[in-house]
Amino acid sequence: MEVVGPESIKQLDSSEGQEINTLIERSRLPLTDPDQWLDEDLKRNTAMIATDAVLNWGRLNSIYMHATGPACCIFEFLSAFTARFDVARYGWEIFRPSPRQADVFVIAGTVTWKMAVQLRRLYDQMPEPKWVVAMGACAISGGTFRESYSVTPGVNRIMPVDVYIPGCPPRPEAYLYGMLALQEKIWKSSSKKQILEGTYKFKQNFRQFPSGNR
Amino acid sequence: MTTALKTEQVVSQIAAAFTGADIKVDGPAVIVAPDMVNKVCAFLKSAPGLEFDYLHNLTSVDFMDYFEVVYHLTSLKHNHSMVLKTRCFDRNNAEVASVTGVWRGADFQEREVYDLMGIKFTGHPNLKRILLWDGFLGHPLRRDYL
Repeated sequence: MEVVGPESIKQLDSSEGQEINTLIERSRLPLTDPDQWLDEDLKRNTAMIATDAVLNWGRLNSIYMHATGPACCIFEFLSAFTARFDVARYGWEIFRPSPRQADVFVIAGTVTWKMAVQLRRLYDQMPEPKWVVAMGACAISGGTFRESYSVTPGVNRIMPVDVYIPGCPPRPEAYLYGMLALQEKIWKSSSKKQILEGTYKFKQNFRQFPSGNR
Repeated sequence: MTTALKTEQVVSQIAAAFTGADIKVDGPAVIVAPDMVNKVCAFLKSAPGLEFDYLHNLTSVDFMDYFEVVYHLTSLKHNHSMVLKTRCFDRNNAEVASVTGVWRGADFQEREVYDLMGIKFTGHPNLKRILLWDGFLGHPLRRDYL
């Protein structure tokens, strides 16, 4: 292992500080569309419908989680994984310690600017397709710490967020509802989503996925 | 139960050891000059009968006119405690002698006070920000911040 001396620690400190200051400056820019990476040609390709249906069916029923709990919301999040709620029936009970194996990044708690660098790095390490769930008032907007000097005004200033679960903290039921909404979003994240919506009518009852035995 | 020492008992001993030094008493606390804090602390740690071998807490208060750095000292041997304070009146260049040479545990607490209140501890081996990041402007626990 490389021994880190005082000079290189100083360099580490200054590079971390620069990274945080860049994040803060970038957070003041207007938010971009999280779906802008989708290709226009891909959206028009009709041959993708069946493939999309199979892929989405697989993705939404076997979500691998990568969770981070910077604050108290993580306890409600973990309560949702107790036997009482039995999330295994939905297929999201598997936690991955590495972001490289995960599909969904759950941020349950207050994110400070100093932690934001680490979270952004974890997000960048996740393979596509990936989704982000912001759980609790602090992750959504900074909550009561919004005006603070050290807290991010919402995780969406660091990375694109798919589902916001409001509450302070949200109950496990709210988390379940949010994840069901995410499953709906995954199902809709099709290259031909207009046709699929016309076929499957998920807006009426999004709990009924064509997966059969859940 | 830890007994809080009466300030008179301590002040007389400090005054005997540091003749001519400016030592005051304010309520339950002994107040000394900021540049001799480390010497007084070394004395309090080693003086027989006192032996404050444990720095319980190190914090600072902003009174706008001056900064106050507070040391809560405890003796695990004699099971008694006392409060030591020091005041810096120069707001832009507040300096206090570091007590890391006396208690190693003061390291992180002095860094925190430096980070959030902007008081420099002379003689500290690694005085840099601990909670906030490198390049942060200002010291957010000062009352005139923002």
